[in-house]
Amino acid sequence: MIPLSWYLIFAALLFCIGIYGVLVRKNAIAILMGIELMLNAVNVNLIAFWRYRDPAGVAGQAFAIIVFAVAAAEVAVGLALIISIYRRRNSVVADDINLLKW
Amino acid sequence: MSTELLAWLLPLPPLLVFFLIILLTNRHKALSHSIAVGAALLSWLGSMVIFFRAIQTEHLGLNPYTSAINWLPTGDTWLRIGVWIDPLSAATLFFVGWTVLMIFIYSVGYHNYGQPQGDHDKKGLQPYGATVADEHGHKHVVPSIEPMYARFFAFIGLFAFGMYTLVVSDNLLTLFVGWEIMGLCSYLLIGFWYQKPSARAAMIKAFLTTRVGDVFMLLGIAYLYSAVGSLSYSEIFKPETLNMLVATPAVGGFLGLSAAGMIGILLFIGTIGKSAQWPLHVWLPDAMEGPTPVSAMIHAATMVSAGVYMVIRMFPLLQAGSEHGQLTPVMTLMTVIGAFTAIFAATIAVAQNDIKRVLAYSTISQLGYMIAALGIGAYVAAAFHLITHAFFKALLFLGSGSVIHGVEHGVLHTGEHVDPQDMFNMGGLRKKMPITFWTFLIGGLALSGFPLVTAGFWSKDEILADAFGHGHWVVFVTLALAALLTAFYTGRQITLTFLGKPRTESANHAQETPWTMTLPLVVLAIFSIGIGWAGISESFPILGGIIPNFAHEFIGSTLAELPEVLPFNIWPLIVSLIVALGGLTTGWLVYRNQKVGEEDPLKIALGPLHTLLQNKYYFDELYDRIFVRPAYWMADTFTNQILDKGIIDGTLHFVARIASSVGGILRNYFDKPVVNGFGDFVGEGVKKVGQSIKVIQTGRVQQYLIMALILAFGAMFYFVFTLLQN
Repeated sequence: MIPLSWYLIFAALLFCIGIYGVLVRKNAIAILMGIELMLNAVNVNLIAFWRYRDPAGVAGQAFAIIVFAVAAAEVAVGLALIISIYRRRNSVVADDINLLKW
Repeated sequence: MSTELLAWLLPLPPLLVFFLIILLTNRHKALSHSIAVGAALLSWLGSMVIFFRAIQTEHLGLNPYTSAINWLPTGDTWLRIGVWIDPLSAATLFFVGWTVLMIFIYSVGYHNYGQPQGDHDKKGLQPYGATVADEHGHKHVVPSIEPMYARFFAFIGLFAFGMYTLVVSDNLLTLFVGWEIMGLCSYLLIGFWYQKPSARAAMIKAFLTTRVGDVFMLLGIAYLYSAVGSLSYSEIFKPETLNMLVATPAVGGFLGLSAAGMIGILLFIGTIGKSAQWPLHVWLPDAMEGPTPVSAMIHAATMVSAGVYMVIRMFPLLQAGSEHGQLTPVMTLMTVIGAFTAIFAATIAVAQNDIKRVLAYSTISQLGYMIAALGIGAYVAAAFHLITHAFFKALLFLGSGSVIHGVEHGVLHTGEHVDPQDMFNMGGLRKKMPITFWTFLIGGLALSGFPLVTAGFWSKDEILADAFGHGHWVVFVTLALAALLTAFYTGRQITLTFLGKPRTESANHAQETPWTMTLPLVVLAIFSIGIGWAGISESFPILGGIIPNFAHEFIGSTLAELPEVLPFNIWPLIVSLIVALGGLTTGWLVYRNQKVGEEDPLKIALGPLHTLLQNKYYFDELYDRIFVRPAYWMADTFTNQILDKGIIDGTLHFVARIASSVGGILRNYFDKPVVNGFGDFVGEGVKKVGQSIKVIQTGRVQQYLIMALILAFGAMFYFVFTLLQN
């Protein structure tokens, strides 16, 4: 059986890839995709801990499903925002959307 | 209707008229005067019914018609008010009823009812006349109707209410209420033409001068109430009450007076003010500023009579303690003041030129007569003279009003600028105004005591006879001299006004006044003759006893014991004949050939003394120096400038300045630096911090994310290290 640490390392790598995508990509859609990766890394952690620590309970699975639901909702809202911004400013570049400043 | 109920109702019609006119009918002239005259008629009718019932009642003095109700609770007792009809009040009602009714009727004509509205008449000023065109197109100036016609009837209605209340009252309190209502009305009516400065000054003078007397009178009433515990005549005049008052020394043993003496003096001071006796006489001549019916109302029928009525009413109290015809201190005071006023005012009247002023001073003089008569104990003579004087003085005043009215007509017709009240601008009115002349002549003869036919002769003669009979020589001589002067100035007045030739065009064009004015004159003239027959002494030669001495028996029965009838003595009669006829003749002789613009012969004869008399012994100026100016000084310089503006305002300003400077210090050294400084520091600091760190607010979401990440790492490291250390 694959030890728990492998899953954790995998999840950490996946999370780092997500953070990297969020921080460096210009395209807002790509940033959104990075966020999805980070969420899924967390899901991997949740499932791995459930399987290795508390296989009798359902808390880990339930959490993971809630995260899915949140992620789906977040994508729906995020994409809608991006489309709306694109329609107004004709751009999906995150640095161009800098209205909220001093 | 029972007599008591009638007495209760007697004052009401004039009061109702007052409210009706001021509230409802003040725009309707005819309606207003109709209800006013109607009310006067009702009260007159009631007075006559009461009077005739009273003279038919036996022993009315002992058992007066009286009824009283509880009015004000005072501790465990009540102040009772009620009505009291005894011979004195019945006789007073008789003359009040007649004169008031006549004055009401007269006022209709006096205020030019039926004449057109004036061209430029203003409220608060005398009517100046209206221009009308006759059928040929000629323009004439005729008298115009009084602009405040209805208001006048409202005021005299209230005045009549005050007088009726005073007369029917059974106690000093409601008497005082009526007394003060009349004081108010005299104020309102003297200043009826309130836009005239002289009228305003006169109204204030009259009100304040009588107020001086009233304050003392109120003190007397209060003293009486505290001593007796009641103000009803029935309580006060009980022999035991009077004896108690005589036995009690006055508060503080003042001048060794008894309580009765003290109360009497205080009440008498009220009369001095109301009946215009020296030294409070100054208001009455100035009261001539009012319309003439008011002069008649105040000077004959009501107000000044009220003062004498009150002392006559209080006579048992004033006389209390007198033994064997000796005078009490109050009576002595009354005798002195009365006799002095009689001669004092008569001398002034001699030198006056205004027809109404002469009458005003003669009123003061005649009231002095009554007071002096009462002072020497001539109760009946005083009351009798009060009644006859009311009739002939009302007649004279209304007659003088008629004269002025007639001359004013001439002034309007000719457009001359002459004073229509100055007797030297008249003359020859006998032919122009015959009714006024004959009635005025009757009044004048009554005033001077023309023998046998006039009322004034009988009442004056009785006073002189009393003074003579009781051996008061000084009083007798003083009053006889006053009577001589009275006859003289009356002769002067009649001669200057009616006899000879007109001295101005206005007098030449004078016209007889309408019937509303002459009818009252005729009625009052009848009384000025006839009323005297009611008081002919039975011991008078030939005439005595033909008519019973009604005045003596009826009015005298008010007192517990009927005053004795003096035996007839020829000397006072001779003296009064001489003074009356002598005075009248001298007056006629001196003035019968008075020419236009000529000096008053008296002025040439008396020289500087005449100036003194014409200026009324400078009493107005004296009072102006002693009382009026100090009062103004007190009010303006002392109270206003020094006390109010200087001391009070100064203190306040000082406190304010201290408070202001303390506030300034606090503001500059605490509020501004500390409180404001702290507030500003907080605000500015937040602003500066914000400015310095606002640069991190770039608006770029990825930079924010990096910052969040760095912070998250920082926090993580912090927790990891702290955990590792533990």
